[in-house]
Amino acid sequence: MPDYGVSGQGTALSGVGNLPQTLEPRNPGIPLDLDWVMRATANRSAIERRAASLPGRRSVKKEWQAAWLARAISCIDLTTLAGDDTVGRVQRLCAKARHPVRADVLDALGLPRLTVGAVCVYHDMIAPAVAALAGSGIPVAAVSTGFPAGLSPFHLRVAEIGESVAAGAAEIDIVISRRHVLTGNWQALYDEMRDFRAACGAAHVKAILATGELGTLQNVARASLICMMAGADFIKTSTGKEPVNATLPVTLVMLRAIRDYHEATGFRVGYKPAGGISKAKDALTYLALIKDELGDRWLRPDLFRFGASSLLGDIERQLEHYVTGAYSANWRHAMA
Amino acid sequence: MSVSEIFESMEYGPAAESAAEAKAWLAEQGSTFGHFIDGEMTARGDGFETRNPATGEVLATLSQAGSADVDAAVAAARRAQPKWAKLGGPGRARFLYALARLLQKHSRLFAVLETLDNGKPIRESRDIDIPLAQRHFYYHAGMAQLMESELPGRVALGVCGQIIPWNFPLLMLAWKVAPALAMGNTVVLKPAEYTSLTALLFADICRQAGLPKGVVNIVTGDGAVGEMIVSAEVDKIAFTGSTEVGRKIREATAGSGKALTLELGGKSPYIVFEDADIDSAVEGLVDAIWFNQGQVCCAGSRLLVQEGIAERFYAKLRARMDGMRIGNPLDKCIDVGAIVDPAQLDRIRVLVDRNSEGETHRAATPCPEGCFYPPTLITGLSPASALMQEEIFGPVLVATTFRTPSEAVEIANNTRYGLAATVWSENINVALDIAPKLVAGVVWINGTNMFDASAPFGGMRESGFGREGGWDGLLAYTREDVGAKALKPVKAFKGDEANPQAVDRTAKLYIGGKQARPDGGYMRNVYDKAGKLIGQSPLANRKDIRNAVEAARGAKAWAGTTAHLRAQILYYLGENLSARAGEFARSIDRMTGGRDGAREVDAAVNRLFTYAAWADKYEGRVTQVPMRGVALALREPCGVIGALCPDEAPLLGLISVLAPVIAMGNRAVLVASDAFPLIAADLYQVLDTSDVPGGVVNILTGSHAELAPTLASHMDVEAVWSFSTADVSAVIEKGAAGSLKRTWVNNGMACDWMGPTGEGRAFLDAATEVKTVWVPYGA
Repeated sequence: MPDYGVSGQGTALSGVGNLPQTLEPRNPGIPLDLDWVMRATANRSAIERRAASLPGRRSVKKEWQAAWLARAISCIDLTTLAGDDTVGRVQRLCAKARHPVRADVLDALGLPRLTVGAVCVYHDMIAPAVAALAGSGIPVAAVSTGFPAGLSPFHLRVAEIGESVAAGAAEIDIVISRRHVLTGNWQALYDEMRDFRAACGAAHVKAILATGELGTLQNVARASLICMMAGADFIKTSTGKEPVNATLPVTLVMLRAIRDYHEATGFRVGYKPAGGISKAKDALTYLALIKDELGDRWLRPDLFRFGASSLLGDIERQLEHYVTGAYSANWRHAMA
Repeated sequence: MSVSEIFESMEYGPAAESAAEAKAWLAEQGSTFGHFIDGEMTARGDGFETRNPATGEVLATLSQAGSADVDAAVAAARRAQPKWAKLGGPGRARFLYALARLLQKHSRLFAVLETLDNGKPIRESRDIDIPLAQRHFYYHAGMAQLMESELPGRVALGVCGQIIPWNFPLLMLAWKVAPALAMGNTVVLKPAEYTSLTALLFADICRQAGLPKGVVNIVTGDGAVGEMIVSAEVDKIAFTGSTEVGRKIREATAGSGKALTLELGGKSPYIVFEDADIDSAVEGLVDAIWFNQGQVCCAGSRLLVQEGIAERFYAKLRARMDGMRIGNPLDKCIDVGAIVDPAQLDRIRVLVDRNSEGETHRAATPCPEGCFYPPTLITGLSPASALMQEEIFGPVLVATTFRTPSEAVEIANNTRYGLAATVWSENINVALDIAPKLVAGVVWINGTNMFDASAPFGGMRESGFGREGGWDGLLAYTREDVGAKALKPVKAFKGDEANPQAVDRTAKLYIGGKQARPDGGYMRNVYDKAGKLIGQSPLANRKDIRNAVEAARGAKAWAGTTAHLRAQILYYLGENLSARAGEFARSIDRMTGGRDGAREVDAAVNRLFTYAAWADKYEGRVTQVPMRGVALALREPCGVIGALCPDEAPLLGLISVLAPVIAMGNRAVLVASDAFPLIAADLYQVLDTSDVPGGVVNILTGSHAELAPTLASHMDVEAVWSFSTADVSAVIEKGAAGSLKRTWVNNGMACDWMGPTGEGRAFLDAATEVKTVWVPYGA
């Protein structure tokens, strides 16, 4: 087992263990390779069959299940992206990020310092989040570039990134222009992503593809490749605001694109499914899919995140069940 | 391992399904079993142990059936059959529905027991075998319900002997038992000796369903029991298993009049075009060759990859193999379980170790000691390599490359087998062009090993004949309800008197669109009823058969012509025959000494019109498979059909065979009436003037008895029919065993050529193969 550190347990001072550039050479991008992009195919039926049969093929039980669920927590981007977010609300979320599971349960698991992967907020909430997380090692991620639709003036979208980085966001979740994908304007997509990446500077950038709006899995495959070619550190499924968010078939397509990109360039790009993952069992299925398709290296918060808000609650109940043997209840676990 | 350690290692742990309930069931039965005969379990006789291949643990002791047991089972089935048939479709449907429900209620018990006995991963028995078995009973409950209304005139065969293999024990039972019962047959079933337990649990279910005694009988034991069933007084044998045993059964039943369907081995191609979704095609191989440890008759075991992507494809495949998990079949997180028996493991080892060609990759993943074999890939083989031709029946994939679509088809078809094929391409033009060109009973496009009760399954070539599933599968368990009479012998007239002919006529053979002298150079004198010499008819020999088959093989373009064109040519034949009706009628009357020549000619013209009508109307189906996509049951020509034509009606008999054969796109090698051969010379002139392409119809004359063995054993003939009065049914069925070609023989029974039984669906069915093409789709 290579030594990746105990990333996800919040031991480091600055959360470096959760950021890709600290453990891996950061993906610098490559020139747009349209031949490669246009070769990418995705057979929906076959992909759906693989996705549908996976939960029946992989199963983790008992202590393995507990460990995997703890691993899932370490990869959560605990998120609030609501119009009624306030400083107080964000502070509560950050407190939950530091102590995602009741201390007695964590002690029983032998993982007393377990934290989530990051906290994800809108720009205006970056500063209170950074303050609330000071010293925890948990990075703050900000959604940006006119999230969720990405249709504000381009120069403002670029500027928004700069402001968020200045405000202390270590991770920027950008949204791509879906219309570039839908009209096959691959060069425009590449250029846009390049500019976003440049604006991020040292902050690491997650490219939200909004897969629910891309029409086909083939488009998902192509957009994934282009964003990686243009220097994305992570590719992410959704804003959480589309009618369909993260799904296993979309995940499979994006993981395979990440695998191909790694094979071709040697750079590891991370993956973040967002929206719709709310059950502990789903989280286990995602982890199994990543383990089988990409390998164990990707099962770390520097290369994998769940964008989720309600997932944590279900995992907490499962973990208490593991520790006590009795089924748990919501009110026994602290809310965010 | 502690949670915090696993948190770092992120390994899969054990996730075993409990065997407690299944073992409790075995214990309840005393862990010993007799046979299920006439609704009762018999006392245990001399027997053998059945083991869990994953652990070697003895699960139970089973009985080896003796001839008394088999006789008792057949007698019970025979007694029960009339009442079971008389119960009527809706009455039987209730029982089939109950069986389906009970399979569902006890599904986990069946699944665990199957995995214990066979070694397949619990994921497969739980998610695939048992649900498909249930579905088969539900589907055929429906077929029973609809039998009287939708299959008028068809009746049960009687008692069916069914012999099934060890790779899908309960599923193969379902495939055999459900359609047989639905159509009013009773059965004597023998499960494989390695894997009899779920069949015995099924016997329990039959009692719970209150199935009448004797409708289902199950006897256990080895191949000797199978042989006893084959030679017993049964009306049909259905066998799934090896080609070797299938061939023996064909030989053993030859001439017995027993109906026979065989589902045998395969070496199915798995073709990946450069425009395929490569990752999905790689994943498909997991389901193709590593499903059930590769112990699948239709396993995609021959990988053909387009050369330009081969290295990349192999690299991805090797990486995927390395991630597979081998081990305890009861573990819910295992991809590859145990090989069914150490004997089978040895067979796989010997075959693989004997190979010295290509590059062998064994999955770099832990493989437990015992009856396990790692997923293996052998690349860089050529079609000539032994492992590209021989069925391994294990988790071993062999691979070669191709350059063009047509080369892919050539390599794919370069095999004795023809069970299944898989095609991966994102281009609908390529995929739908290739599918019909593959010699296989099932073609999966962008997917593999998909099964459903509504989709016919079965092979071509040495993969056997007959279909299981769908409406087509019911043909194997029913027959037309016609009172057949024994065929009266028809002998050529003898004589010695000769009248001078106005101008001497020389009758010849008709081969490849040309008149040909017989290879042997012999003719026989043909006399009329009064003993007067009519003329000389050529005596074809084995070489003429060879030449005719070669000509027929060469006329392969006929299969690709449009049905409309074939219809036109058949109509034109009818038109031209009609124009010479008087001449033909006189000729027939002279040859046969009868007075029905004019009627016979008229019936022949009519028959040509019938099959001209059918040519573009005998259609396939879109089956209702439970997926987003279509499964097309296509009707394809068999290829080259050889036939011994009826003796008694020289023209009508010849036309009754010729017309359906060519209407469906086959090429014909016909041996005209042995007694009245001169009709051939009259007819080929009509063929010549009717735009029938050379080689599509070849007509020989000569001794049926002499030519039958050559025609039956010719490896390049797909099917042989005989309506001859010569006693050749057994000879043909025996000869056909060599290449397992399809046969249709009269067993000495007459057909009323003038009547409705002389034409119709029976002929069209025999002239076509059903190919099921699965086309899942999704934008």
